[in-house]
Amino acid sequence: MNLPPPRLVQRLLAVSLALGLLLLVSLMVGLLWGSSPTDWRLCLRALVGLDPGDEVLPAILWQIRFPRVVLATLVGATLSLGGLVFQALLHNPLAEPYILGISGGAAVGAIIGILLGLAPFPGVATLAFLGSMGVMLVVIFLTPRETGDNKNALLLSGVMVNALCTALILFFVTMTQDARLHNILYWLMGDLSVALPAQIFFLGLLVLPCFIIIFLLARPLNLLYLGEEQAGYLGLNVAGVTYLLLGVTSFMLSAAVCQSGLVGFVGLVVPHLLRLWLGPEHRILVPACILGGGAYLVWCDLLARVLPSQGELPVGVITALLGAPLFIILLQRSRL
Amino acid sequence: MNPAVRLEHVHAGYGPNAILRDLSLEVPARSFFIIIGPNSAGKTTLAKTLAGQLRPQQGTVEILGRPLAAYSRRALARRVAVVPQYTPIDVPFTVLEVVLMGRSPHLTLAGLETRRDMEIAADAMAATQVSHLANRRLHQLSGGEMQRVIIARAICQQPQIIILDEPTASLDLAHQVHIMDLLEQLKETRGFTVIMISHDLNLAAMYADTLLLLHQGQVAAQGDPAQVLTYDRLEQTYGCVLLVGENPLMRKPQVTLVPGRLLASTQRYLRNNSRGT
Repeated sequence: MNLPPPRLVQRLLAVSLALGLLLLVSLMVGLLWGSSPTDWRLCLRALVGLDPGDEVLPAILWQIRFPRVVLATLVGATLSLGGLVFQALLHNPLAEPYILGISGGAAVGAIIGILLGLAPFPGVATLAFLGSMGVMLVVIFLTPRETGDNKNALLLSGVMVNALCTALILFFVTMTQDARLHNILYWLMGDLSVALPAQIFFLGLLVLPCFIIIFLLARPLNLLYLGEEQAGYLGLNVAGVTYLLLGVTSFMLSAAVCQSGLVGFVGLVVPHLLRLWLGPEHRILVPACILGGGAYLVWCDLLARVLPSQGELPVGVITALLGAPLFIILLQRSRL
Repeated sequence: MNPAVRLEHVHAGYGPNAILRDLSLEVPARSFFIIIGPNSAGKTTLAKTLAGQLRPQQGTVEILGRPLAAYSRRALARRVAVVPQYTPIDVPFTVLEVVLMGRSPHLTLAGLETRRDMEIAADAMAATQVSHLANRRLHQLSGGEMQRVIIARAICQQPQIIILDEPTASLDLAHQVHIMDLLEQLKETRGFTVIMISHDLNLAAMYADTLLLLHQGQVAAQGDPAQVLTYDRLEQTYGCVLLVGENPLMRKPQVTLVPGRLLASTQRYLRNNSRGT
């Protein structure tokens, strides 16, 4: 009998190429289009250094917009990939990057940092990172390991710890009355406006190795997506791979969230959209989520910058405004 | 030749209460071994113990002459394949993708399936007659097709032992016979040891080389179907009145259930005549 030869590699290359191009275009648009009313052709000339006399425009492009689009790419990629992994691990289509308490822990840490008057980076970011990793460890250790259905216990622990964090957040918000309240709200809604080159460098250093580890674990993710029992019968060390994936994913999500605040819906919409388009093969979905999620957040951030006539919106507002209707349409069309 | 499986004084179960209690048995290699018994007798617990999914609390389990504990999960999955009772269908993998997952224990962690793996998958799908379904998604399959796909995945693991938990439970008659014939054929042509849990005593009697009757976590009887399926033993273990006759096709026992409204007259008849075989 003749079966089609394994087309995985070809498919992987084609999808990566397509989404890579999309990301590249998004990055260019994000760089060239902004709130300062400059013609994009001038921006393009400045970008490649054709106007040596102009000092201001290259500075805006390279020191303000460039770190920002890169930050958006890294955060979007991390959130989408985190959502993909959690949906497969927890076998729950509603799983999203924040479901295990990462958001709550990060927010409590960040708010404490803001209230202490620390700078967004590294002060607030470090506290947010510590907060989310701390909560993550609490959730993992709180979850009973002996019971049959580990996943639901994990989910419930996460939801409960998140609820506790929400109570703390509301307490802090109620007690704060000065300008710091604005900073807290912006952080809670997700904000990419403060992007420093050092931040990008650190974030890249932390998340890129995680991307690679998750890509290497993409075939085991297929098995886990089919179910833990079956994965075990097919020779997978289920507990080991699950905890490794949980740890790596939480780590990179904490690293991203502490820089960006709580950008919602990216991690829910992007993996579902890509799974509907590409099927459940995780060896294709992992790179697709990295590239596609990055592009998605670059566009959302661009809209957050250019939509208001003055100032800008927190990017979380846009991702939710775009993401919620998109998700509802998806839900209508698919059988989840 | 080593037995495919040997259990010695095995206690296994969940939590403090053992479901299997001091169970000792041997499954001969290259045999069709069917486990029967009433609900909660420990059939599935036994299957999970053999598959390495459940660690025995006491006693030793040997697979192909080596202690179970000496196998890694991967090494075990290269020798023992499991067809579970239930496979989720809400994951839109294609049939080919699912069958290829059977190659997992032979691949390195990040490894890609090679042309050779594809050939093995194609062969497995041909053996279970699901080649034409290769690009179908799981939720588009009927119950019988699904079982054959999962059996193809098991063949793809190139195991020596295949364990099936009630593979014919939700199938119609034609598909039941088809699956049983397929398993018998796998035993004959590929030398598989087939270990199967079944609730269907008559089907079990027709195909089993060895029948194991499990009751309250212990062996109630083991051997040729004619030795195991006797009236007294079945009444004792299943707790209901049955007639045991002979299969008109072959010299194998055939069990007939007795409806409640005929219970009194049947018992009278049994008392007056010599009891069934």
